[in-house]
Amino acid sequence: MASGRLTKAAHGAAREGAARGDGAPPATEPGSGAEPRLNMIDIVIIPLLKIVIVFVAVLFGVAYLVLLERKVQAWVQVRLGPMRVGPHGVLQPIADALKLFVKEDITPARADKWVYTLAPMISLVPALIVFAVIPFGGTAHLFGKTVPLFVADVNVGLLYIVSVASIGVYGLILAGYASNSKYPLLSSLRASAQLISYEVAVTMTLVSLILMAGTLSMVGIVEAQRQAGLWYVFAQPLAFFIFLAGGLAETNRAPFDLPEAEQELVGGFHTEYSGMRFAFFFLAEYANMIVVSSVATTLFFGGWLAPFPNVHALAFLGLVPGWIWFLLKVFCFLYLFLWIRATLPRYRYDQLMRLGWKVLIPLAIANVIVTGAVKVLL
Amino acid sequence: MVEAFAFYSLAAFILGFAVLVITARNTVHSVLFLVANFLFVAALYVVLHAEFLAVIQVLVYAGGIVVLYLFVVMLVNLKRPPEAHADPRRRGRLGLAVAGLLLAQLVAVLGYSATQAVPAAAAAATAPAGGNVEAVGWLLYTDYLVPFEVASMLLLVAMIGAIILAKREL
Amino acid sequence: MIPITPAHYMVLSAALFMIGVIGVLVRRNIIVIFMSIELMLNAVNINLVAFAREWHQVVGQVFAVFIIVVAAAEAAVGLGIILAFYRNKETVNIDEMNVMKW
Repeated sequence: MASGRLTKAAHGAAREGAARGDGAPPATEPGSGAEPRLNMIDIVIIPLLKIVIVFVAVLFGVAYLVLLERKVQAWVQVRLGPMRVGPHGVLQPIADALKLFVKEDITPARADKWVYTLAPMISLVPALIVFAVIPFGGTAHLFGKTVPLFVADVNVGLLYIVSVASIGVYGLILAGYASNSKYPLLSSLRASAQLISYEVAVTMTLVSLILMAGTLSMVGIVEAQRQAGLWYVFAQPLAFFIFLAGGLAETNRAPFDLPEAEQELVGGFHTEYSGMRFAFFFLAEYANMIVVSSVATTLFFGGWLAPFPNVHALAFLGLVPGWIWFLLKVFCFLYLFLWIRATLPRYRYDQLMRLGWKVLIPLAIANVIVTGAVKVLL
Repeated sequence: MVEAFAFYSLAAFILGFAVLVITARNTVHSVLFLVANFLFVAALYVVLHAEFLAVIQVLVYAGGIVVLYLFVVMLVNLKRPPEAHADPRRRGRLGLAVAGLLLAQLVAVLGYSATQAVPAAAAAATAPAGGNVEAVGWLLYTDYLVPFEVASMLLLVAMIGAIILAKREL
Repeated sequence: MIPITPAHYMVLSAALFMIGVIGVLVRRNIIVIFMSIELMLNAVNINLVAFAREWHQVVGQVFAVFIIVVAAAEAAVGLGIILAFYRNKETVNIDEMNVMKW
């Protein structure tokens, strides 16, 4: 019972957070008050609708991403994976959700109860409100209206993503601290060091991208790629590689899944968690994977743009709606994440730190310098 | 009207969390309240049309500096409570007295400024063209280039200093 | 309702600064003292940004950026000192930090 109430509260908070991220831009544009009725629909109902759609789509995507992960792992290891619930196990996420809902929600006796309850929410909410600035497509025509397919286009979009993502680390640290248990504490110390280290490298790659695009707006970056006729992955392959490695590290995925290394740390920072609160961490991890994939798609693979715009024989690709291209690209990234997890062994902690500080960060800084020099000289 | 509502609610949250920061017994709770405080200050910057600064506030303060605090608290705080044998009463009186004096001084400054008319220049100045990020960046790399470089040197020195201090043996 | 003027922001800033001062003077845990200093720096930033808005100039925001830089440097070095000290004396109470050498 308590867990049910808990989820509702957290969902409300997440939606409220998304609404706040979205509500700010209309409030700062007071000039659009010509037609009050139209205004009402435009600034309240459509954004709310978009927020709800994005929210539901992300949670749905997360649920099926878990199933996809289990299936892909199974196929790589020549197994079948979940097969029992529904044909080929397609209803497995529903069964999982039900199970997590009805499980007992245990709080350890010596835990810091307040923080213990807060930590899962802190890790989930940032993962969800990042979607406020990710453009899923250009514009769509619905019921005679032109609707942009993003919740908000703020002029600091990229920085917004980086900063909101940097809040997510609190969930991990506080979970480890509040559990009052050795393994979660070790895990959260590892997690915070890892996330802070790799955040530097990732932010540096974003700087070189900003130099290319000349804007911080996510929509603007996609538009810049369309005008240049070039996806930035081809202009910035090194930045893309660093971003990918950093993204894997920031989502705590293999081969950088040290914070939840089962063999050494039991279960990592969520060892003591059960029921819905555990589910929150789970949701947050997979939502973060979708975030990193979406951001990589937007920044390096042209977002909603169709591939091969210059090849006339392939012009029919442009007829496919932009959001389908976006989803396809995001799916490819998610598959890559799962593939890497099934393929690569885990790094050791000192190797991880050495890779972050002695390889990725210097490379990222060199990349910024070279990009800047090329930009100035050309 | 909207601004007034935003200001009063944000101010209430900012001050409330600030009080909690300095009154919380548990240092980790204190750090958490500090994060909340910084987030609300960032929201206040958005109200003030300083979007870039708001994002930097979240990114550098809430996401960077306070994580560092939390990290140190967790390394340091595990063995025994730090204020086991404090001498709260004398310190409290001293603190309140000095703070009261400072508050009186600031109120005097405010009262003085309230009696002065607003200079005409405030209305005449033009709003900067382009977005907030462009404006801040332009100033940083033109008029304030030297302070900017000095600040980066400061960060470098701080980084080296922190490494030397925290490392057991070099 | 009275329109929000810079004076409102100054009062908020002064109050926040005051809370920071009280924190520094009353608390003995050096980490909390550091956090109180961060509160004071934030109070200054609020003031700068409010005046930047009032005068329609971005200079105030530029100064706020510099203050954030200094705060970051201060936090890094300060926490390094705390760690080094804690390693030797096993305390973070500044009343016990009263020897020149050990």
